[in-house]
Amino acid sequence: MTNCPTLIVLVGLPARGKTYISKKLTRYLNWIGVPTKEFNVGQYRRECLKIYKSFEFFRPDNEEGLKIRRQCAMAALNDVRQYLSVEGGQVAVFDATNTTRERRGTIVKFAEQNGFKVFFVESVCEDPDVIAQNIVQVKLGSPDYIHTNTEEAIEDFMKRIKCYESSYQPLDEVLDRDLSYIKIMDVGRRYLVNRVLDHIQSRIVYYLMNIHITPRSIYLCRHGESDLNIKGRIGGDSGLSARGKEFASRLRKFIQDQNIKDLKVWTSQMKRTIQTAECLGVPYEQWKSLNEIDAGVCEEMMYEEIQEHYPLEFALRDQDKYRYRYPKGESYEDLVQRLEPVIMELERQENVLVICHQAVMRCLLAYFLDKTADELPYLKCSLHSVLKLTPMAYGCKVESVCLGVEAVNTHRNRPEVGLISPPVSKTNRLCDFGLIYVDVSQKKKKS
Amino acid sequence: MALIMNNEQKKLTQTPLLKIWVPWMGCNLNRRRGSSVPQFCNSPTMIVMVGLPARGKTYISKKLTRYLNWIGVPTKVFNVGQYRREAVKTYKNFEFFKPDNEEAMRIRKACASAALKDVSAYFTKEHGQVAVFDATNTTRERRAIIISFAKERGYKVFFVESICEDPEIIAENIKQVKFGSPDYVDRDIDEAMEDFIQRIECYRANYMSIDDEKDRKLSYIKIFDVGSRYLVNRVQDHIQSRIVYYLMNIHVTPRSIYLSRHGESELNLSGRIGGDAGLSSRGQKYANALATFMRGQTIKDLKVWTSHMKRTIQTAEALGVQYEQWKALNEIDAGVCEEMTYEEIQENFPEEFALRDQDKYRYRYPKGESYEDLVHRLEPVIMELERQENVLVICHQAVMRCLLAYFLDKPADELPYLRCPLHTVLKLTPVAYGCKVESFFLNIEAVNTHRERPVNVNINRNPEEALHTVPDHI
Repeated sequence: MTNCPTLIVLVGLPARGKTYISKKLTRYLNWIGVPTKEFNVGQYRRECLKIYKSFEFFRPDNEEGLKIRRQCAMAALNDVRQYLSVEGGQVAVFDATNTTRERRGTIVKFAEQNGFKVFFVESVCEDPDVIAQNIVQVKLGSPDYIHTNTEEAIEDFMKRIKCYESSYQPLDEVLDRDLSYIKIMDVGRRYLVNRVLDHIQSRIVYYLMNIHITPRSIYLCRHGESDLNIKGRIGGDSGLSARGKEFASRLRKFIQDQNIKDLKVWTSQMKRTIQTAECLGVPYEQWKSLNEIDAGVCEEMMYEEIQEHYPLEFALRDQDKYRYRYPKGESYEDLVQRLEPVIMELERQENVLVICHQAVMRCLLAYFLDKTADELPYLKCSLHSVLKLTPMAYGCKVESVCLGVEAVNTHRNRPEVGLISPPVSKTNRLCDFGLIYVDVSQKKKKS
Repeated sequence: MALIMNNEQKKLTQTPLLKIWVPWMGCNLNRRRGSSVPQFCNSPTMIVMVGLPARGKTYISKKLTRYLNWIGVPTKVFNVGQYRREAVKTYKNFEFFKPDNEEAMRIRKACASAALKDVSAYFTKEHGQVAVFDATNTTRERRAIIISFAKERGYKVFFVESICEDPEIIAENIKQVKFGSPDYVDRDIDEAMEDFIQRIECYRANYMSIDDEKDRKLSYIKIFDVGSRYLVNRVQDHIQSRIVYYLMNIHVTPRSIYLSRHGESELNLSGRIGGDAGLSSRGQKYANALATFMRGQTIKDLKVWTSHMKRTIQTAEALGVQYEQWKALNEIDAGVCEEMTYEEIQENFPEEFALRDQDKYRYRYPKGESYEDLVHRLEPVIMELERQENVLVICHQAVMRCLLAYFLDKPADELPYLRCPLHTVLKLTPVAYGCKVESFFLNIEAVNTHRERPVNVNINRNPEEALHTVPDHI
């Protein structure tokens, strides 16, 4: 959708959530298909300096320090240019304090020279509790303080913040009226939005206005095992098998034991997720967008049948499982697009249990765990297990809970790459064994 | 909190019209009706406009109401000026609005109260979810009355303040909407302008903008200079977040939106619905005629959008310009009825056929979609149409009906019967509070694909009654 690349520039004192926002925004944009990368100037500084001694490095009268910091910013901007102009990136997130008008002026000029649009994201916060919490969550574990004890680290960091405070020039309503920016105040209580230029900036603003940092957990699971699962057939709208019903009732116990405050329960509009939710005995919401991927002409077929009737389609799917669209059906890429409003609402909510389907759960999981499009369709989302996701620091803690009810395995590993898949043995069902194709070891690719 | 269920699983059945799975027996759990979009409104919400006259409050009120109704949130505008016109009958001049005019003050306060009373009735008796309270509401005192009214009844309040001091914009507003107002209908233009400017001055002295400090607990958005800048405070819930997103995407730059279906397709000729056929020879002629027509319109920076289906893409190809494909613009999925004629549907699924005639908006084809589902998937298209300027959308019958219903504020029961014939371009130009529509038939014959609602919609009707309104085909 964007023509010129966009440079998002973070602004704010240390411990105001800039890196948190940068990483989260980058994750979201990549998930919806906009190639995005963050550039953290602090990391460049760590590479340059090797060892962090103390806050003195950041003193405004430390000439040597200033020189190094300026060099690091330039190096980062150079990499930005490389990413946006040469490597095909669409959005670069420039994560640094950028607290002076002078520094921001340099960046604006750089962007103009290279034909990038600039959008500033400033985080302003004076709540000492929030700042202290930030420091504890992410600073104490930083490479800068890894060998320092907690009290000393906090003290040093507070002095570090002070070094920036005197020269901090927040974005100004009058002086900066021609810039495009969002000012986030007090962790999202208030926003000032100025001159949103295009679609991507509008989406970024909407996203930033919907996220929060209130502690909560998201539970993801599939429906209980279904009759079609047992038969090895994909798609359809069947009901739960006996084991599936057993899972549903164990899920109810699990949820009760977790003692979750104000839990929202969401299902798709397919019988098997609704049957599962019915067992919980609490109100739930049905979302059509959570319906399983539409396999079009392959609906309710077994993989063997697909291989027999549509061998070319079957092979094409293995070549690019993310983008492959079933004839008269959908692709994972289509799924992501229809799940975007679900993700947006999950960001707004607090404790939620989402009872969905294999492909859908893979898409949602990929969002929370920052998995690439390449990995997404092969994420393991087994029947009868619940994933508990708890946002923590810059990422997400995942706890996998197995409720002890047997179910078929519906996971098909990435097969060895070849134009035509080898024929399937009629005696062993593909999905039961996952061993028919050789597992190609996957290295996690960095986007 | 959670009811203990007995061991026997309750059987699920699928509702025949909506195709939603529900428990066989009703139970006393609070169950929301399944739909494409979960219901997000719990307590009713009052949107309260704030601003001097001619700042676009009524424009925003009407547009927001139209959008919310279209996405399925029952919304209504309450314009206090209209209550005043009913109370006072004849408007003399700006003196009515002078802050020292006690008689008038009393009338105006009474009108505001009457409007608030109707808001309450709308929520409690008519199942409304959002009420837009359109008045100046420029004093803290007036806003406090509204806040306490809402608090007593458990309504949420979200303020929308429009601030603008650009004299050109204000003058343009006055010209576009005030001269045609009942207040000025018999006045000459210069007199009207002079009077209205004095009217604005009456409010200005006592105008207290929402205060960032004193009102920090309120939920509001302040719109500056027609959207150049926004200040958003304490968004409470999903609907307020959607409203903010919408308000931040609309603009007032003049432009036109062209809506057209693909050229006639092979399946159209044989009276079959859905599918992914190519253009007939007449359809191809239309594509060429469309290219000529659009060139004749000499539009600056026209964007062209199609669906992912062959027939819209073939049509766009003839234009010789860049176009963007949206899967969201694909025709409604007729599920098991794809590529059937109406006669075949009647023969194979007579009950489904009748259910569809009973509630065409909410009816979902088996393994397919409903118009209601369509609206939900078209919402991002509408949002982007609001952001854009000149756009030509080449789409399909059901899709075009949904888009048209949004622009022309048609309710759900009219939407599925809007006329969107083949080979006809609709040009929509926003004007005053609504949309001017111009229809251009490009003079290439095509089949008629419009099926009116038959008289008998009973599932026991005979085939003739069901097929009575089916248009001719091969």
